[in-house]
Amino acid sequence: MAGGIKKFVVGSFDDEAVLFPAVKNVRRAGYKIHDVYTPFPIHGLDHAMGIRETSIHTAGFIYAITGTTTALAFITWVFTKDWPLNIGGKPHFALPAWIPITFELTVLFSAIGMVLTFCYLCNLAPFVKKHHFHLRATDDLFVMAIECTDRTNETELESFLQNAGAKEVNIQIAETGWWIGRYDREQKLYSDEAGY
Amino acid sequence: MSLLKYESQQREPLVDGDKDYHQVTEDIIGPIEMKPSRLWYIGFFISIGLLLFGVYSIYREVTYGIGQWNLNKTIGWGWDITNFVWWVGIGHAGTLISAILLLFRQGWRTGVNRAAEAMTIFAVMCAGQFPIWHMGRVWMAFFVLPYANSRGPLWVNFNSPLLWDVFAISTYFTVSLLFWYSGLLPDFATVRDRAKTKLRKMLYGVAAFGWTGSTKHWQRHESLSLVLAGLSTPLVLSVHTIVSFDFATSIVPGWHTTIFPPYFVAGAIFSGFAMVQTLLIVVRKVMNLKDYITLGHIEAMNKVIVLTGSIVGCAYLTELFIAWYGQNPYEWYAFSQNRANIFSPYGWSYWLMMFCNVVSPQLFWSRKLRRNITVTFFMSIIVNIGMWYERFVIIVTSVYRDYLPSSWSTYYSPSIYEIGFYLGTFGLFFTCFFLFAKYFPVIALAEIKSILKTTGENYKAKMTDIEKMDAEKFYIEEVEHAHGTAPAHAH
Repeated sequence: MAGGIKKFVVGSFDDEAVLFPAVKNVRRAGYKIHDVYTPFPIHGLDHAMGIRETSIHTAGFIYAITGTTTALAFITWVFTKDWPLNIGGKPHFALPAWIPITFELTVLFSAIGMVLTFCYLCNLAPFVKKHHFHLRATDDLFVMAIECTDRTNETELESFLQNAGAKEVNIQIAETGWWIGRYDREQKLYSDEAGY
Repeated sequence: MSLLKYESQQREPLVDGDKDYHQVTEDIIGPIEMKPSRLWYIGFFISIGLLLFGVYSIYREVTYGIGQWNLNKTIGWGWDITNFVWWVGIGHAGTLISAILLLFRQGWRTGVNRAAEAMTIFAVMCAGQFPIWHMGRVWMAFFVLPYANSRGPLWVNFNSPLLWDVFAISTYFTVSLLFWYSGLLPDFATVRDRAKTKLRKMLYGVAAFGWTGSTKHWQRHESLSLVLAGLSTPLVLSVHTIVSFDFATSIVPGWHTTIFPPYFVAGAIFSGFAMVQTLLIVVRKVMNLKDYITLGHIEAMNKVIVLTGSIVGCAYLTELFIAWYGQNPYEWYAFSQNRANIFSPYGWSYWLMMFCNVVSPQLFWSRKLRRNITVTFFMSIIVNIGMWYERFVIIVTSVYRDYLPSSWSTYYSPSIYEIGFYLGTFGLFFTCFFLFAKYFPVIALAEIKSILKTTGENYKAKMTDIEKMDAEKFYIEEVEHAHGTAPAHAH
């Protein structure tokens, strides 16, 4: 649920062409990027940050074959074991006639399963609240949050980000993870005094 | 990077005007934050009025039975199923735009996909009403669900196209809704983070599911969209295929044809795009979104209309030819007398359909007419009338003269409640659409931003210089390398 309170140095960029080299330089300098928040998907940023490929499509495939087997097994059971119904003298095991429903359930299982997995992995649900490092991260800024450790020199890191082209740099103490809350209220898991 | 993302100058910009990311947000979210205009209220309340009339018509039908409609033993499927197929057909464009065009990497889809998907969902909602209320005893509607009931358990018939339809339509609705909503999450987050009022912060905060824009989340989101597009592509084609099976697997002359699946799918895309045109031409005007839904977008959709309209035309002629060539007297009678004979009771509807769907879209071979807003709007209405008549022709002209002349029913005309039900679904559709247009980001904000720097008008202009510079440099280096005059590349 919540990852506790941590300290971040946050740099906001207004151009993805500046962001890319900045991400590379920050990583080369040995800082740990907590995350980069962007208003739209930027192709290649995940690789630049060293994030591994998602395997959500594999999950989708597993849900899909679950749907296929569920449909086929269920209809077979109903029409050959549970209640064999004579429909126009045709075979009880009428596989071609079951293809449409099998296909639909394949798609249905896969789609629902993938969306639920996506929401689960990304911690997305109604009334979920998270810390937002910059409100314009969903508008026009690319916001890089770098996690501070005991050895991090914050002033040095701030000037490092400024040199890398950040338009705004600040230090934030933030709760990681998520909690139940509403966006019209000030709600936090821990009080501000805790820790730092 | 500029070269990797380079888009040919031959293509016209997809976003007009001098925009940056923030301006895009302002243009698309701005209308949500303003008070609705008087025009919006007028349209909304007219829609509510139609919806209420529809509710009253359904009330009459449920209370007094299907007899409130002018159906009879011979014409068991009249307006009701015509409307069902019509609405389902309209519901095909949205997912086609968002799924198939995503797989084909068509950049122009970003301007129109959100509204088209919304239209899909509302159209499928309307379509679903017809088979449900057509059951007559609607409280028995759950009989279509495969559950261990107290009648045996006697299961539903999995071999029946009507049951396939239940699965197809409900799957299509669910998947379209999931696809649409997962695309909406980041845009709701944008509205939430700009919100000034408490109510808006709360509502959009709930709707955005706590979206932050994290890179990892975007990566998963991209993957999710791609796989959902891959799943939806065969799904779109399957839905109207299965609807066509409702007819094609029967042995009614006029329905019993193998051409139905592709013919229905082409017709569905045809009518769906026409409805998208009708709606978007109004939306871009009223909400001032001309920079995002450009003439280029309208032209691209008109190209789809002329293509699918011509496929539909080919299908009409093919089935007419095969009816004659097949030498089945009943089949040929259905086509030559019930339909093509203009002096037969419903002959006029066949020729109206031919004119609206086959002849009139041919106007769009002309680039000038494809890019004319007035012509497009007018044509989109014509096409939808034509496609309604297509379903009417298929259903009514095939059944009104059955094998027993004494039961021929020539004078089917809908009752006021049959019409009221149809108008009611218009009310439902437009009520939903008005709410959508006011409270939802009508254009996929994040997607527009992701194509802005390659296809935006002001960015494309700059790209020409980059292209020229790089080409010259490239050329000089190549020449030098070939002649060995200078060490172009240090080894």
